[in-house]
Amino acid sequence: MAEGENKGLVLLDFWVSPFGQRCRIALAEKGVEYEYREENLRDKSPLLLKSNPVHKKIPVLIDHGRPVCESLNIVQYIDEKWPDRAPLLPADSYARAQARFWADLVDKKMYESGTKLWKLKGEAQEEAKKEFIEILKLLEGELGDKKYFGGDTFGLVDIALVPFTAWFYSYEACANLSAEKEAPKLVPWVKRCRERESVSKSLPDPLKVYEFVCFLKKVYGIE
Amino acid sequence: MAPPSDDLKLLGSWASSYTHRVQLALKLKGLAFEYAEEDLADKSPSLLLHNPVYKKVPVLLHRGRPVLESVIILHYLDETWPDVPLVPADPYDRALARFWCHFVDDKLGPAVGAVFASPSEGQAAAVEQVHENLRLVERELREGAFAGRRFFGGDKIGVLDIVLGCGSYWLAVFEDVMEVKLVDPEAFPLFHSWLRDFEEQEEVKAIIPAIDRLLEYARGVRQMMLGLSPQQQ
Repeated sequence: MAEGENKGLVLLDFWVSPFGQRCRIALAEKGVEYEYREENLRDKSPLLLKSNPVHKKIPVLIDHGRPVCESLNIVQYIDEKWPDRAPLLPADSYARAQARFWADLVDKKMYESGTKLWKLKGEAQEEAKKEFIEILKLLEGELGDKKYFGGDTFGLVDIALVPFTAWFYSYEACANLSAEKEAPKLVPWVKRCRERESVSKSLPDPLKVYEFVCFLKKVYGIE
Repeated sequence: MAPPSDDLKLLGSWASSYTHRVQLALKLKGLAFEYAEEDLADKSPSLLLHNPVYKKVPVLLHRGRPVLESVIILHYLDETWPDVPLVPADPYDRALARFWCHFVDDKLGPAVGAVFASPSEGQAAAVEQVHENLRLVERELREGAFAGRRFFGGDKIGVLDIVLGCGSYWLAVFEDVMEVKLVDPEAFPLFHSWLRDFEEQEEVKAIIPAIDRLLEYARGVRQMMLGLSPQQQ
């Protein structure tokens, strides 16, 4: 690879965002260099607004001026642009369809359900807990005894899910929900993922995430 | 070497645009398949077995193994039978197609659905939401990534055409049933001409149900919705 070939890669991101972390993990898995730019979400940069005019959200990967938006989209783009190493999707088309299904499920369910755990109280929070536990058990069932969701190789579904594990501490503190107790089979998987440098370097300290959640609760006026 | 399509079965519903997407892709690719109509009020054991998480159509069964979610099915079909490609080859173009397919399913589709489901007080806001989303699509056609193209896929229909097109016929249906204007050709000239071109394709005409059937169906659903109390709507 020629020096400077990847100078054109910029990731617009926000430190605590699990969606941004997915992209960081994928880039790290591929050993690709890029410029990380922290966005202030209360004062979004002109570059972010120009690069993602539809949603105005991070993460955005800008490749030599061309923006790619939405985290799972970015991860697949990274995989296709650097196909010669660390494949993030399986080669078999049926296995790829499975991976996309489960990654999409994580996308549809984890963030919204997890957010409810710290945003809601009382009866509503209890409902949210039930919902979240259901999702965890579903994922636990899909993982089974495999090393990673895709089998022996770390891939798309692992990348989609693992950033949310940095929020487990916050879910326990705010909602008294222990993901480890509810879905014990995920515990060795979490450990295995965190042993990967791409993951350990990309995920935030769970205590810092909790500090952030507490800050958000103040902002939203939640006790 | 592409496998023969000797064991393809589609569980679908005649009025489901998600089902139409898959039927259209199969037609464009010239793949034979068995079709099973699902009664969504009385789902078959096969549907519940093969899609336990969402219990929805479409479900594609290939050699008995389920592939779920219409956009995922389209990608699966393209990767398994690469002739008549629907998904672009270039990584950036693929990312764009994925982004806009997701936009259709996440934003535009639900906005159109909201027009249909809204009580009369909420309608103006729901219609404006659709227009906001259509403006974004129109801009892409006018000056964005798809500028100058006949179809989103280029000269031929691609995955985004299928995803956006199969469902856009509801716009005309809802305009009629709800008596609102959703796609003013003057406000959305490029979207309008794209849709017209899409609907003129032989394969599309063969798949989309007759407008009378769709109108009847929509009127029936709307009646049912209005028959419910305001709290239940």
